[in-house]
Amino acid sequence: MIHFDNVTKVYVNQNRPALDHVSVDVDKGEFVFLVGPSGSGKSTFLRLVLKEERPNSGAIHVAGKDLARLSNFKIPHLRRRIGCVFQDFRLLPNKNVYENVAFALEVIGKPRRFIRKVVPEVVELVGLEGKAHRMPDELSGGEQQRVAMARAFVNRPMILLADEPTGNIDPATSIGIMKVLDRINRTGTTVVMATHDAAIVDSMRKRVVELEDGKIVRDQSRGVYGQAY
Amino acid sequence: MRANFIFSEVWIGLRRNLTMTIAVVVTVAIGMALLGVGLMISSQISSMRDFWTDKVEVSVFLCKKNDAFPQCKTSGGVNEQEQADLKAEIEAMPQVEQVTFENAAEAYKNFRTQNANNTVLLSAIQVDDMPESFRVKLKDPNTYAAVIEALSGRPGVSNVINQKELLEKFFGLLEKLRWAALIIAIILVFAATLQIGNTVRLSAYNRRRETGIMRLVGASNLYIQLPFVMEGVISGLIGGVVAAMLLIVSKVFLFDAVQVALNNNSELAWETVASVISLTMVVGVIICVLASFFTLRRYLRV
Repeated sequence: MIHFDNVTKVYVNQNRPALDHVSVDVDKGEFVFLVGPSGSGKSTFLRLVLKEERPNSGAIHVAGKDLARLSNFKIPHLRRRIGCVFQDFRLLPNKNVYENVAFALEVIGKPRRFIRKVVPEVVELVGLEGKAHRMPDELSGGEQQRVAMARAFVNRPMILLADEPTGNIDPATSIGIMKVLDRINRTGTTVVMATHDAAIVDSMRKRVVELEDGKIVRDQSRGVYGQAY
Repeated sequence: MRANFIFSEVWIGLRRNLTMTIAVVVTVAIGMALLGVGLMISSQISSMRDFWTDKVEVSVFLCKKNDAFPQCKTSGGVNEQEQADLKAEIEAMPQVEQVTFENAAEAYKNFRTQNANNTVLLSAIQVDDMPESFRVKLKDPNTYAAVIEALSGRPGVSNVINQKELLEKFFGLLEKLRWAALIIAIILVFAATLQIGNTVRLSAYNRRRETGIMRLVGASNLYIQLPFVMEGVISGLIGGVVAAMLLIVSKVFLFDAVQVALNNNSELAWETVASVISLTMVVGVIICVLASFFTLRRYLRV
């Protein structure tokens, strides 16, 4: 599903590569934690998957597509198959829960009838039934992140990228968020989650890829956050 | 669905930037109106030139008794011999197509019809005040110089007036006006382009959350950019409508009024006004679209 082959990314005006000869494979339906300190290259990895950045060398395949050969014109179609969740939720403050989720479908031109059908289903999937007409500022951080997850998942993407989704949320609420991510993963969606949260990684016992200074220093199935050699 | 969504986005954008939108509309309207006025003057000049070129004559005015012209002082007006000589001489000229003699009564009649509204002037001027003249029609109106040269200062001739020269002075003035209108229009179009650029930049900044999310969920570039471009199109269209109204007003109250005052019946046709209006509208909208599109490429990374 995601295939990195010897990928190196150096940002302009920086000497040290953000990713240094990284090769990794993520299969369909996998749940992968991307761990490592700040600046280790986790976010760069996610941005490369979305083709928000281009690698300096190496090949990236996402959902069977070679990103180097993907024309700019086709990038939106790639992104429709990838859902994204961020630490800062990125909701539209002037739209309610339903509208925020529906927005993701409106802007890719889905018919209104389809939107009316799927949005309530997804809102229920993330556990926000009965709150569809709340505004984002009336919701807790955990609930806002659920809205963001509903928006990311509403188009049934093949891949869900989560960049520290629990970074702004207290540990108790984080468990709920992880349950939703797990539920999404069980529908067959590949989930890649970048995180600092050791407790969550340890409790989930999923595959862990650890980055340090842009290099993969550990790739372990059913891993934990800390060193576990 | 798509159209609905885009129009609601456009409406939100226009409302959020209301002051900028008004500024754009006003600039576009005035710029396009001046462009249109310039085009209308052009068309007016050419239609007047066509109308007049056939009719211009060289007028050879003859001396009367007590005429103020120095060359008439010695004689007590033109005598019949002089008049016959002049007629023969003019007819012999190769450039001349036709000569007619206008006596005082005819001149008075023409004068009356030309100044029908001016009762004060009409009551002051008598038949005897009107000079007699030869009206010389040239084969080619541009060959007047030799004719004037030959006839000026001849006995019995008070003065020679070339209507074409008067006409050219008037056309020269109109042409200057046209260039002034077009130059101001170009400056305003430039200003409008910058303003639209600014408006779009502001709009893009205001909507950066929305566009960020649109990018993320895979909205196509068209979907992301169209609301901004449509904002430009709508401001351009409103500006164009205002410009159209200004052009109609100027046709009725300026161009037609000038024609009436000049006693001229080469009035600007409504078809000309309509084509000028459609041209200015198209130009206005194209400018708005291009300006939005190019600023978008700078400020909206897709």
